[in-house]
Amino acid sequence: MFDIDLWREIFQSINKNRTRSLMSGFTVAFAILLFAILFGIANGLKNTFKEAFGTDANNSIIIFPGKTTKAYKGLQAGRKIQFKNEDRALIKEKYGDKVQFITSKVNKSISASFRGKKNDYELRGVYPEYMFIENNVVKSGRYINQNDLNNNAKVVVIGKVVEDELFYKENPIGKYINLSGIQYKIVGVFTDDEGDSEESVIYMPITTTQFVYGNNDFVDLLHLTYNPEMSNDQALAFGNSITKVLKDKFDVARDDQRAIRMWNMAEGTKQVELMTTSLTMIILVIGFGTLIAGIVGISNIMIFVVKERTKEIGIRKALGATPRSIISIILIESIIITTIAGYVGLLLGVGVLELVGPSLEVYFIKDPGVSNSLVFGATLTLIIAGAIAGYLPAKKASQIKPIIALRND
Amino acid sequence: MLKINQLHKSYKIGDSSLHVLKGIDLSVEEGEMVAIMGSSGSGKSTLLNIIGMLDEADEGEYILDGLPIKNLTEKKAAVYRNKFLGFIFQSFNLINYKNALENVALPLYYQGLKRKERLEKASYHLEKVGLSAWGHHLPKELSGGQKQRVAIARALAANPKLLLADEPTGALDTKTSHEIMAFIQHLNDEGKTILMVTHEEDIANMCKRIVRLRDGIILEDTKVNQVRAEQYV
Repeated sequence: MFDIDLWREIFQSINKNRTRSLMSGFTVAFAILLFAILFGIANGLKNTFKEAFGTDANNSIIIFPGKTTKAYKGLQAGRKIQFKNEDRALIKEKYGDKVQFITSKVNKSISASFRGKKNDYELRGVYPEYMFIENNVVKSGRYINQNDLNNNAKVVVIGKVVEDELFYKENPIGKYINLSGIQYKIVGVFTDDEGDSEESVIYMPITTTQFVYGNNDFVDLLHLTYNPEMSNDQALAFGNSITKVLKDKFDVARDDQRAIRMWNMAEGTKQVELMTTSLTMIILVIGFGTLIAGIVGISNIMIFVVKERTKEIGIRKALGATPRSIISIILIESIIITTIAGYVGLLLGVGVLELVGPSLEVYFIKDPGVSNSLVFGATLTLIIAGAIAGYLPAKKASQIKPIIALRND
Repeated sequence: MLKINQLHKSYKIGDSSLHVLKGIDLSVEEGEMVAIMGSSGSGKSTLLNIIGMLDEADEGEYILDGLPIKNLTEKKAAVYRNKFLGFIFQSFNLINYKNALENVALPLYYQGLKRKERLEKASYHLEKVGLSAWGHHLPKELSGGQKQRVAIARALAANPKLLLADEPTGALDTKTSHEIMAFIQHLNDEGKTILMVTHEEDIANMCKRIVRLRDGIILEDTKVNQVRAEQYV
C-alpha cells in the first residue's frame, strides 16, 4: 500500500538532515564512481591487450623447412629440406577437417613498376584460402581464385600501399603491372588491418609463381589454420603430429629441431589466455574490493544514523510508533539515499571515463568503459547491503525500551 | 483510572541488582492531580516510566482504565501509549527538525489520521497553549517555556486519558515554571487526570495530592490544598 504520509515523513527527514543524507550519499556515490572508473580502466587495459594481437587468424600454424643437423638413415647432416606442392596435399588429406584452411606459399622479393613509377615489394605466391588465413579484406576487384591457379593466370592482387604508391588517383583494376619484366593484370586490391607492411605485398596464384620463377613445384612454407573448435592442448598436439609426419617423410631424425620448424599460434594463444584470465582476475578483485569498501562504508553510516536517531526513535515510540513503523522509516530513507547516490555515482563514473578516456591511450588504456548493467548491478548490491546494514540496527533500535532511548542524550 | 498493586522493579548493575521499587500500592481516580515526590534514587521516575509503559515492572499488578498492563507486545504497548497516555518531559523531547505544528501532529500521525485532519487538530491544540503564531517555527527558535507548551500541546493532541509529566518545570526558570503550572492546573480543572514527578516542594503543592517515595516504598500519601499558580504569574 502506498502510504503518502510515510513518504512525506521520510522526505522531510532526508531534507532536514542534509549533512547526514549527503554524507551517506557521498559514500555510496564515491564507491560507485570508483567502481566504474577502476573497472573501466581495467577494461581499457584488456582492450589494448586484445588489439595488440591483431586480427590475424589466431589459430595459425606456419611450417617452414630448414637444414638437418643430425645424420639419419644413412643421410648426412646439413641436408637442405625442400617442401613441394604434394606436402600441402598430404597434410590436407591426412588431417581432413582438423585443418580449416591451408596454403602453401612461395615468397619472392620483386621490383614492380607502373608507368615509370617503381618500387620494391614482397611477392607471395598463394592459394585462394590465404585470404582467410591472413584476414584480408578485398577493397576492390576480387581475390585470387582456383581458376587462376588452374590456368597459371598472370594475375595479381595488390595491397593498398602498393595501390597508393604506384597508382596515384588511378583505378588499378584491369591495369597491367610490370614485375621484373613480366606484365601481370591486376584483378583486385586488398587491405589488412595489421598495417602498412602487410599491405605492401603483391599476391599471385602459387602455380604462376612456381612456373615463372624456376618452373618447379617448390614451396617455401606451409601456412594453415587448425579447426577453431580444437582446444589449446589439442592444437599443440596437432602441430606436433604434423611435424612428426613431415619428419618421417623427409627422413629427418625425430629429435632434429632444425630441419622442420613450426610456429604454432596455439602456444601464443595459451599465453594470451593466461594473461586475459589474470587480467579478468585483477578486474574482479578490484571490483569486489571497491564494492566491499562501499558496503563497509554504508554499513558504518547506517549504524551511525541509527545511533544518532536513537532519541528521536524514543520520542516516536513514546508517542505511539510501532516497531514496524520505526524500521520502515529508517530503511526506506536509507534505500532512497543509496539509490539516488548510486545513480549519481554511476553518471559521474561514466562521465569521467567518457571525458578522460581518449587521453589515456598513451598509458595503454583503450576505450575504457563499463557496461551499464554491471554498474547497475553494483549499485543494486550496495542498496541491498545498505538495507541489510540498516535493518539490523534499525530493528535493534525499534526494540529498545523508549525510556532508554529517551535517556540517550 | 489507575490501580497499582505490589509493584516491584529492580535494575541489574553488573552482577548485583538494584531494587528500586519495593512493592508500591497506588490508585489514582479520574480528575486527580498527583505529585510524586522523593529524593533522587527514590524510584519516582521509575514509577512514572512504568505507569507510562516506557518501562516494565518485574512483579505486581498495574491496571490502567480497566486494562491489565502486563506482557504487552511492542505493538500493543505502542497503541496503548498512543491512545491512553500523553507525555511531558523535563527536556521537552521535541523532534528538532520538525516545526511546532508538525511536532504536535506527530501522535495523530501514529493514530492514522489524515494529514488535513492532523494539521487542523494540531493547530487547535497549539492555539490552546497560545502558540498558534509559532506553528512554523523549529524547536530551536522557541524559548524553553514555549517548547514545553508545544510539548504539552503534543501530549494533549491525542486526547489521552492520563497526562504524565516528568519534572515538567525542571528546565525552566521560576516565572516560566509558574506559567506552565498554571496551564497544567487548567487542564486538570477541565477534567484531565495528571501525574507528575517533581522534587520541588512549591510545584508539588500546586497539585491536589502528594505521594512521597523513599527507597522504593511509599512513605506518605496526602491530599493537599492546591496552591493556584496564577497568582504568581
